[in-house]
Amino acid sequence: MITATNLTKVYNGTSVLNIGHLEIPTGQIFGLVGNNGAGKTTFFSLLLDLIQSTTGCIFNNEITVGQSEAWKPFTSSFIDESFLIGYLKPEEYFYFIGDLRNQNKADVDAFLANFGDFFHDEILGKGKYLRDLSKGNQKKVGIVAALIGNPKVVILDEPFANLDPTTQIGFKKIIKELTENGDTTFLISSHDLIHITGVCERIVVMDKGVLVKDIITSEATLQELEAYFSGAHFLED
Amino acid sequence: MFKRLISLEWKAFIRSASAGKSIGLKILMVFLGLYFTLAFLLIGIGLYPLLQEYFPGEEPLYIVNRFMLLWLFAELSYRFFLQTLPVLDIKPLLILPIRKRKVVNFVLLKSLASFFNFLPLLIIVPFGIFNIYKNEFPVSSILAWMIAMIGLTLSVNFANFIIKKRFTDNLKALIPVVLIIAILALLEYFKSFEISFWFGKGLNEILTYPFLAIIPVLLFLFLYKWNRKDLENKFYLDATLNKGEKSADTKEFLWTRRFGELAPYLQLDLKLIWRNKRPKTAIYMSLLLLGYGLIFYTQDTYQDMPGFFVFVGIFMTGIFMMNFGQFVPAWDASYYPLIMSQNIPMDKYLNAKAGLITFSVVVLAILSTPYVYFGWRIFALNLVCAVYNIGINIPLLLYVGSFNKKRIDLDKSPFMNYQGTGIAQWLVGIPLMAIPVFLFWIFYKLISYEAGMAFLFILGVMGLLLRNQAIDFIAQVYKRKKYAMIEGFKQKDN
Repeated sequence: MITATNLTKVYNGTSVLNIGHLEIPTGQIFGLVGNNGAGKTTFFSLLLDLIQSTTGCIFNNEITVGQSEAWKPFTSSFIDESFLIGYLKPEEYFYFIGDLRNQNKADVDAFLANFGDFFHDEILGKGKYLRDLSKGNQKKVGIVAALIGNPKVVILDEPFANLDPTTQIGFKKIIKELTENGDTTFLISSHDLIHITGVCERIVVMDKGVLVKDIITSEATLQELEAYFSGAHFLED
Repeated sequence: MFKRLISLEWKAFIRSASAGKSIGLKILMVFLGLYFTLAFLLIGIGLYPLLQEYFPGEEPLYIVNRFMLLWLFAELSYRFFLQTLPVLDIKPLLILPIRKRKVVNFVLLKSLASFFNFLPLLIIVPFGIFNIYKNEFPVSSILAWMIAMIGLTLSVNFANFIIKKRFTDNLKALIPVVLIIAILALLEYFKSFEISFWFGKGLNEILTYPFLAIIPVLLFLFLYKWNRKDLENKFYLDATLNKGEKSADTKEFLWTRRFGELAPYLQLDLKLIWRNKRPKTAIYMSLLLLGYGLIFYTQDTYQDMPGFFVFVGIFMTGIFMMNFGQFVPAWDASYYPLIMSQNIPMDKYLNAKAGLITFSVVVLAILSTPYVYFGWRIFALNLVCAVYNIGINIPLLLYVGSFNKKRIDLDKSPFMNYQGTGIAQWLVGIPLMAIPVFLFWIFYKLISYEAGMAFLFILGVMGLLLRNQAIDFIAQVYKRKKYAMIEGFKQKDN
């Protein structure tokens, strides 16, 4: 589904991303882990054509991102609060996104009905604007909006941050359900090793813009990651 | 502490994304500044001899006092439109050990450094010196008069803030003020109670009893304290937030459905305008400035200069276009990455904006129909100007928008972010108005009034016919500048 080749991004002579080759097959739940400055958000921004790569390119379903916009109809994302429109109420925001993805109001309503528990009665029908919601609730809205309209590629940057524990667990369940039929590719980044190993089939570790580990998730993955981040490797530096 | 705040301000200024950009605009501002400085200085120096010549036998100082109230009113009006309110981002300061009063004082004192406070000094000081030199009054009287004048100028400065704030916060609160002014103006007009005359008399008293100069100074201090109290009460993060929660607007603008695939964008834009102070002010402004024609149509001087009528026509039918259109796409700055990564084709996005602005021009043109009272020629010209706005000026503004990389923060309304109208905003309007005025004027001089109208009309219609091509071209420009725009809109400055 997604292929990156020779992808680099250089800011003022400092290389912040350098990926030789990365391939993410269709239907995979792909996790990206790394400390601050590892290049996770840079990679996602390149994937969404929000910044320009210095060299190389990304193919999203064989469409070259940056040259064509044909990837937009089947790709959705939530990176940060700049993906929310503050002066809309949550419902209106969902309907707007729905409109852009050819879902009418009834479709969106039916879709939202699945998220009653997830929203915990704090989001729909409150008559509040998005800008007046708490950070956690804003995040919920952004994540759910990114799932509207059966996108083939969903990109979520740090979806677990700011969520309360109940919602974190609920969210993992939702991702599992959505990927059951295997045609939605998820790209998720996180600092939370437990959650990401719990939900992702494959985990890639980045450090200073370079891919350092590529693991198919198993029982041992969490320990391996904990060992990597707590230890030996960073002390050597 | 003040030193620190000043250094913060300075850093915010030089490190912001927009610093160094729009240099052309800055040069123009400097040029205008120099021009007005010179003009005011010349008036200041020439006022005394001029008054002596035109009002022989009368004391120039008394005449100045006689017209002072009218001048103060004029000053308040132009400040209202041109002077921006001082802004400071308070959030990071809230938790630091700085006393609120210090920050508020800083913001208010910062406003004293405004160019608008400097201009009147250029008249007051030379005129005062002239009076001292002529020796009609004791030096102490003249000094007291000068202090009183400075006090009045500063009072206007702070009165403007209060009015401007009320204007954006709550329009209804202004009604009594407008009523009182209207009544006083009528009484003045019918000469039953000439407030400006009595105000002048009062000022004359200062010359006899210099200590009375304390009154304007007290007025200034009172207005300052009023502002300070106002701001201190707003010194909370949720000061602006609470109100929004109570009145989440339920208007859905469902009627936009009939515009098919542009509907979601139109709805979004209407909500943008309706739910945010700054664009909402643009609407009130447009309605208010519809009255602009009265100033020109009633004057005999302009009857032989129809170029002015073109200016008025473009201005009245296009005021919303200028106020709103020049900040496309910056209105969407806070969620521009969403717009860029969602399934939104650029040409549809631009077409929706163009459609909305076109709608505003049509509405304003309809609202300006009562001007038919001043003759069919004026009425027809206004319609032609509307067509020109729709055909030429809208694509032009959208194109110019691609150069705009400065974020507009709708969400977090920074401390006193009531800006909305400042000089820079009006300057952008100059080419939009000057070009049609010039084109009309050429045809008017060479052929006739009707030929000028016809030419503008043809230009407008041609622009309308080529709208799709123009939008396609502009969409290409937006796509090319996309990355720079996303980057620029990310930068928050106050």
